[in-house]
Amino acid sequence: MSEAAAAGTGRGYLEERGWRSWAYTLDHKRIGVMYLWATTVFFLLGGLFAMLLRLELLSPQAKYFSHHAYNVFFTLHGAMMIFLFIIPAIPSGLGNFLIPLHLGARDVVFPRLNLASFWIFVAGFLVIIGSLVAPMDTGWTFYTPYSAKTGAAVATLSFGVFLIGMSSILTGLNFIVTIHKLRAPGMTWNRMPLFLWGMYATSIIQVVATPVVGVTFLLLAAERLLGVGFFDPSKGGDPVLFQHFFWFYSHPVVYVMILPAMGIVSEVIPVFSRKPIFGYKAIAYSSLAIAFIGFLVWGHHMFTSGMSPLANAIFSFLTFFVAVPTAVKVFNWIATLYRGSITFESPMLYALTFIFLFIVGGLTGPFLGAMATNVQLHDTYFVVAHFHYTMMGGTVMGFFAGLHYWFPKMTGKMLDEKRARLAWALIFIGFNVTFFTMFIVGVRGMPRRYAEYLPKFQTENVISTIGSAILTIGILVMAWNFVQGLRKGAKAPGNPWRSLTLEWQVASPAPTENFHEIPQVADWPYGYGTRKA
Amino acid sequence: MGSVLDFGAASAEAGRVDAVFLLIAGIGGFFFLLTQGMLIWFAVRYRRRGPDRDNETPNITGHHLLEFFWILIPSIVVVTIFYYGWRVYADLSAPRPDATEVYVTGKQWLWEVRYPDGRTAINEIRVPQGKPVKFILTATDVIHGFYLPDYRVKMDAIPGRLTTLWVQPEKTGSYTIFCTVYCGEGHSSMNAQLIVMDPAGYAEWARGGGGTAEEGEPLPVRGERLVNRAGCLNCHAISGKEKIGPNLQGLYGAKIPLEGGKTAVGDEEYLRESLEDPGAKVVKGYPNVMPTYKTSMRPEEIRAVVEYLKTLR
Repeated sequence: MSEAAAAGTGRGYLEERGWRSWAYTLDHKRIGVMYLWATTVFFLLGGLFAMLLRLELLSPQAKYFSHHAYNVFFTLHGAMMIFLFIIPAIPSGLGNFLIPLHLGARDVVFPRLNLASFWIFVAGFLVIIGSLVAPMDTGWTFYTPYSAKTGAAVATLSFGVFLIGMSSILTGLNFIVTIHKLRAPGMTWNRMPLFLWGMYATSIIQVVATPVVGVTFLLLAAERLLGVGFFDPSKGGDPVLFQHFFWFYSHPVVYVMILPAMGIVSEVIPVFSRKPIFGYKAIAYSSLAIAFIGFLVWGHHMFTSGMSPLANAIFSFLTFFVAVPTAVKVFNWIATLYRGSITFESPMLYALTFIFLFIVGGLTGPFLGAMATNVQLHDTYFVVAHFHYTMMGGTVMGFFAGLHYWFPKMTGKMLDEKRARLAWALIFIGFNVTFFTMFIVGVRGMPRRYAEYLPKFQTENVISTIGSAILTIGILVMAWNFVQGLRKGAKAPGNPWRSLTLEWQVASPAPTENFHEIPQVADWPYGYGTRKA
Repeated sequence: MGSVLDFGAASAEAGRVDAVFLLIAGIGGFFFLLTQGMLIWFAVRYRRRGPDRDNETPNITGHHLLEFFWILIPSIVVVTIFYYGWRVYADLSAPRPDATEVYVTGKQWLWEVRYPDGRTAINEIRVPQGKPVKFILTATDVIHGFYLPDYRVKMDAIPGRLTTLWVQPEKTGSYTIFCTVYCGEGHSSMNAQLIVMDPAGYAEWARGGGGTAEEGEPLPVRGERLVNRAGCLNCHAISGKEKIGPNLQGLYGAKIPLEGGKTAVGDEEYLRESLEDPGAKVVKGYPNVMPTYKTSMRPEEIRAVVEYLKTLR
């Protein structure tokens, strides 16, 4: 590819000013940035609720808040983090920003649909904010019959999630078609950056699974508003049916959360190792394998719900096969480091942290996949620890890696590395202190969603709360670093990390038109060490 | 168990769950050390030492045999773990002859216990040591989770269904039962006790009609015992800071404002009705969530509770 031809000469995408230039924009980069702002708000809000939970858990008896308030806090923490932060942040935020740039395209294939998805998302989060008049107390899982009986605004919140889901489906469709149709000349499937493979697998899950949860929430609303008894046994319904519907979406959706983060890690590791990615095809196809197997394992959330032992056994068996493509990815990332020339800038620190914490999350999965130990550990803090290691230790660390890596491309500014490393250290320590203790207290039998607990669990809870304070300080230092970077960061060159993917071959911040001329792709983007970057 | 690694399992069966846990922990520990060791070793060993140069790293893009092995080995490992998890689970959930049967009903927010001979109790299950126990679980309002951490088992209690949970009590003692499926405001206080008695003591207790009345015991004393045991105090404080429902002290003889604008006098009949049909006259400002005690307390027990409440002036 001729670099001079690819480097756009147009204006940076941030140059146009005024709210209209954002609200009506069809530019995928601006839409991506708006998603990032929106999801950041909910990340901070969800984090605030988490801090209130940890505060209350300092003492075995409910001390600062009523039980009801505690129940509301954990519901909002879960619902906001899942539906408003972790599902949209990487796919809709970074995905929107990067997919056309990675493909060598000027925009996604349906820019207006893209803007529509964003505003449907905004409508969804406004409805969810509106539901706070009678805040939800059902847990983020909305289990019936409790969710059909409680006085909280369940129908409102589920309508909000329904809208968010609709936005997800439209975005997913847009990305699938874009990846099929808008690859630059010469960019074969096996020359695509691995982030695109992750996004492709994620988009398929969003399009296939999200309608199911949408319909489920409609049924729940019908149950509450019209008194139809889909899930009410006294009317011939079945409360466990809701769990099947819910997890048919909500299990695959954890791969919506993790696959794009795995894509980010696959981008960052080779750049900072100055070495080609190891096992490109294995990493790419394992994303598809995870997406596929992920549809067949939802029953492992329900081993204690009275399903037949045979159904439990089949779900357990299939669940274990998610571990194989996941392990393949981890081995390939580690092998990429072998004989590299590794530097530890903040994106790399977070990418390595992803691998480190995700291994812990991954290796604690078999305890929950195996039926004997699942029946012991289900609905205890062990599960809470496991999914925070995969979702926060995994996805969120991948997201942080991505934010630090692409910050220069998005803003045209560089971040302060010293402050970034300080934040990283605090986050790494705080995270492990907070969540590793939860494995221990879970094995000792403490159930989740408890406003008060037996005094014998107090030591672990106090340690965990201390960890969460360190983690919070780390996040605030990171946020301060982003603010300072935006305000007075040094001007970023086009390619500060000497990367080979297409987005780095244009100016920072990226030009409005992305590429002055559509680039010609002659090779894969991982030729580090052999090709000059 | 007598094992070096004794986690306080209450039975040999629970020890088998611990054995599966240890198997997974052992395999997981091995892979943890292997992967984290390589991750850290490579990161340290291959850190950049000099200035950045081109063509300094080898052009390694993959290795088919390695990929084959790190697909094959994890596959074997996970099938092994699946197998042991499934075997132990199948044994623990298999029906057994000659079991003590106990019906347990979850309600917001207590466990109602019924024995086949008609005895009832709340938040306290007594079983004899040495015989298998079959818990037959259901719920009346929302889904609850019946969790016995010392026995390493749990099962959901679901409205409209009967689910089954087996344990094999071997040691006498008292074991905590938690609710593990979130069920609303009182979820975290919905605890109960499983009391495993020696067979002779159990037989004597069962002959005595479930030991709810002690010889010559005055009604208020018996009532206080019932209140302490029946989960009342999960939702009601005697006095001081209020919980979910109104405080118990001062109810007797008071003029009580009701939902809907009426008032009631807290006499014996009001207290009885509130125990047997709690939704009939709900105190103003409190949620109508209390379950009925009509099915779980006998009339003389209700009378005893009323007499106790009368002493809380």
